[in-house]
Amino acid sequence: MADAPAGVLRRAGEGVHAYGLIVGMWVRSTMAYRTSFVMMALGNFAATALDFVGIAIMFTHTDTLGGFTLPEVALLYGTTSTSFGLADLALGTMDRVGRRVRDGTMDTLLVRPVPVLAQVAADRFALRRLGRVSQGVLLLAWTLYRLDVHWTPVTLLLLPLMLISGAVIFGAVFVAGAAFQFRAQDASEVQNAFTYGGTTMLQYPPTVFATELVRGVTFVVPLAFVNWLPALRILGRDDPLGLPGWVDFASPLVALVCCALAGAAWRAGLRGYRSTGS
Amino acid sequence: MGLVRLYAAVAVSGFRRYATYRMATAAGLFTNTVFGFIVAYTFIALWNERPHLGGYDQAQALTFVWVTQALLGAACLIGGGFQEELQERIRSGDIAVDLYRPADLQLWWLANDLGRAVFQLLGRGVVPLLVGALCFELALPRDPLTWLVFLLSVLLGVVVGFGLRYLVALCAFWLLDGSGVNTLNGLLSIFFSGTLLPLAVFPGAFGEIVRMLPWAAMLQVPADVLLGRHGGAGGVAAALGFQTMWAVLLLAAGRSVQAVATRKVVVQGG
Repeated sequence: MADAPAGVLRRAGEGVHAYGLIVGMWVRSTMAYRTSFVMMALGNFAATALDFVGIAIMFTHTDTLGGFTLPEVALLYGTTSTSFGLADLALGTMDRVGRRVRDGTMDTLLVRPVPVLAQVAADRFALRRLGRVSQGVLLLAWTLYRLDVHWTPVTLLLLPLMLISGAVIFGAVFVAGAAFQFRAQDASEVQNAFTYGGTTMLQYPPTVFATELVRGVTFVVPLAFVNWLPALRILGRDDPLGLPGWVDFASPLVALVCCALAGAAWRAGLRGYRSTGS
Repeated sequence: MGLVRLYAAVAVSGFRRYATYRMATAAGLFTNTVFGFIVAYTFIALWNERPHLGGYDQAQALTFVWVTQALLGAACLIGGGFQEELQERIRSGDIAVDLYRPADLQLWWLANDLGRAVFQLLGRGVVPLLVGALCFELALPRDPLTWLVFLLSVLLGVVVGFGLRYLVALCAFWLLDGSGVNTLNGLLSIFFSGTLLPLAVFPGAFGEIVRMLPWAAMLQVPADVLLGRHGGAGGVAAALGFQTMWAVLLLAAGRSVQAVATRKVVVQGG
């Protein structure tokens, strides 16, 4: 029994090591087409920036949206973009699982002496997604400079905690989405509703959305813990669901639970895998 | 006549190819609908602050949201389409075989893309618009003629989109890896077609210019046709004329670039 946790740790270590090696390989491969890489990294940056340009254009017509000012919305935007960008960079290419199941190349991954999750996560690693992260970080820096809030040690600590927990929650959504593709191979686009759709929703204040929708992203797919609840605490605002105050600090716990659930879903998906036989 | 039959067959196969993946279509529908809801609420918040922004009332703004989601697949508003496939053929050299065929390269891909667009309009367009109409108060016209003109405008918009994407695809003759230009194309389309925000909301002279660009023909014009914002028959004819002008210009540009590019292939292959 005593060596069970050690075994798990060793296996996790192997997974991370393998992930690093495969990622390194894909980075070298990307750099073979340097012009394209630069264009795509810039494109990735601009794609996220465009969303914010859209919001900025909205604010040329109004001073508040759902009762929130531009720097306040920018805090929501910057935090979710950073968190989502990190998850997307690390795991975003996992939506290729369905394709691999369909064309039979999943089998190749199964016979290698490396955890399948690590292989799938690193598959076609896209360094260009740094573009999204850097856009989120830059905007976050701007809004922290512009934002007129009273920082306390607690809220200062809450900020990095929120970013990391948010990235982990989105990461769990990516893994769960990949697990789902073992069953519904062509349906990889469904997870876009939760990943890209989720981050789009979190860019706006919760007051904009119908209460049922806010409830859904709090209790069903707990995306509200990515930034809404902690950010509302930083901004000194009440959350529209009137949840108790400690919930604002629950993001790391929620992130852990999400990981456990996504891990279970992944193992179930992998166990249920039947090769196409081709 | 034989040529018409050929391109019709290509269009039908384009349609059937996309129709094969039912799960993918259902997944796309689901995602389009979720995005429709998210954007709809942000528009409600904005139009609550500014009730007649861009000349739209709230129902018209919400109609714009759901028309956007309905056309997202058909008009390739946020990317997608045939260009990656053509680029791969250019990169691998298979394009040489395509050029041997007794069919025109541009017309072949246009027919194929129109088949795809018709399927995506039916498969991914109808349901989001219905869901939107059930859950929100939309300003949809009752006049069947307006719907017919709208469909014509959508068709022209798809051809304009094809014209742009064909140029993007041909970039592969020079760049080999087309993913960079594809990304750029997606971005320009998201921003300048009105997918991000209706072009009517873009401020000042910038807005004026944006509404003259070809991307406006892909979404803004069809949506305004449906909303009856072009006034009488004269206004609608001008809008369709604007789309036709860009379609012709872009197809002609595609033709010239194709001529230059294929000469290049002959040189490489010789």
